[in-house]
Amino acid sequence: MIQAIAFYIFAVVMIASAALTISSRNPVHSVLWLILAFFNAAGLMVLAGAEFIAMLLVIVYVGAVAVLFLFVVMMLDIDFSELRAGFVRYLPLGLALAVALLAEVIIGVGAWSVGGVNLSKRIAPIAEQTPNIQAIGDLLYTRYLFVFEAAGLVLLVAMIGAIVLTHRKRAGVRPQIISRQVARRPQDATRNVKPAVGQGVEL
Amino acid sequence: MTALFTSWGMAYGWAWFLATIIGILVIALPVMLAVALIIYADRKIWAAMALRRGPNVVGPLGILQSFADGLKVFLQETIIPAAANRGLFLLAPIITFTVALIVWAVVPFQPGVVLSNINVGLLYVLAASSIGVYGIIISGWASNSKYPFYSALRAAAQMVSYEVSIGFVLISVVLWAGTFNLTGIVEAQRGLYGFINGNWANPLLFPMAIVFLISSMAETQRAPFDLTEAESELVAGYQTEYSSMAFALFWLGEYANVILMCALNASLFWGGYLPPFDWAPLYFVPGIIWLLAKMLFFFFVFSWVKATVPRYRYDQLMRLGWKVFLPLSLFWVFLVSGFLMLTRVGVPS
Repeated sequence: MIQAIAFYIFAVVMIASAALTISSRNPVHSVLWLILAFFNAAGLMVLAGAEFIAMLLVIVYVGAVAVLFLFVVMMLDIDFSELRAGFVRYLPLGLALAVALLAEVIIGVGAWSVGGVNLSKRIAPIAEQTPNIQAIGDLLYTRYLFVFEAAGLVLLVAMIGAIVLTHRKRAGVRPQIISRQVARRPQDATRNVKPAVGQGVEL
Repeated sequence: MTALFTSWGMAYGWAWFLATIIGILVIALPVMLAVALIIYADRKIWAAMALRRGPNVVGPLGILQSFADGLKVFLQETIIPAAANRGLFLLAPIITFTVALIVWAVVPFQPGVVLSNINVGLLYVLAASSIGVYGIIISGWASNSKYPFYSALRAAAQMVSYEVSIGFVLISVVLWAGTFNLTGIVEAQRGLYGFINGNWANPLLFPMAIVFLISSMAETQRAPFDLTEAESELVAGYQTEYSSMAFALFWLGEYANVILMCALNASLFWGGYLPPFDWAPLYFVPGIIWLLAKMLFFFFVFSWVKATVPRYRYDQLMRLGWKVFLPLSLFWVFLVSGFLMLTRVGVPS
């Protein structure tokens, strides 16, 4: 009963916020609706018993990716009329994508309801009470080790690429040399002088 | 408690629902009371360090000062700037306050006494603390004013940076304990060398305890890392446009976060609800007293630092996060896992 109520709340809010993500005029509102959608997706995953994936979704997408999204979008200066002009031009492409996605969902649900795919027999069956994290870890670090490490390597290359693209040496900048700042002592910077009356101090 | 309600003839689902709501109230109300008292304690500690008296008028020794302040802001007018984004402007303090409270669901107060004993407890803590930044970003943007906006940008960069190193610190603790469950992590600290309860006595984890303490100060934006509300540069940062209850919610949320970070420090590295030494007579004192004592100690450290250390520069803050803590904690994850591989798992042939 509680699960059913929770499921419908999460599902309805998620679909509504997903719809508002694409329909709201203000891009910052869009990102915030997107975050709400992520959040409810995490709630649905908890209901499905995948608490590890749910937490990762919140940590990675809500906590890191969406923050940077919001960061960029907040500083954008967007001309809304130009955005709306693009709507008609990209409508056919968008419709084609939507139809393709819908077809995939229908095929997926169809195949599942026919019963052709039995996941518990496809991969190594997992003991009933194994925690999520352990089950994923067992698979990730044994069977899919090379795929996992390859994914890590791709991410590393992407990171280096981003640094190479954005990092540039600028002329006329004086970088801070931290070790010199730390090594500086009060006696290097201050001097105790006792000038006689009527005399100034030479610096 | 669920069992009690089911014995009254309630369906299991509703009994669980009611028991959880009561559990939430039992935790959240004392936390809010604790926030009021801890603000008073904070002001008293600074006052003592600055050779002042601090609040001493309302109630005996001024202990009711926070309640008087609360009543005052409650009676004030809520001002919403005309150019502000109304809905988001009011949503932001609610987010900050709520996020500070929801993490308490997984903090163990005694063996087995925890609202929700989930096996991804530490990930839940990380997830909740990563939402915390939205309260500040949204308030900064919705205020439609330049100082709150600068503050929001600073907060976003600061909290995301320090969450990275906090994540690695937590991973090394998790590797040692072998579980993400907070109760499990506390229990794994029992009887180190046969008599000490706490990861701090472990030379492999002690540096991480220090890194976590400093990172938690940065994560809660306490001095010396309070650049988001640096009054000499940004007026009051993201709170500039707020007044009345909305402002009070930010304040409460901030202090609730600080208490929470003290509880996490205590639970992850200093034995949580366990007494400091594994000696039978100490176990007669209930676990929650030990936890509270440790939290108060860490709160004193937080106040002490705030009263004595000058504020960091922003570039120093970023350098500390990315160039010192991140490599150090990443290296420590390798070190801890390598050590465990050698001692517990064994070298693969």
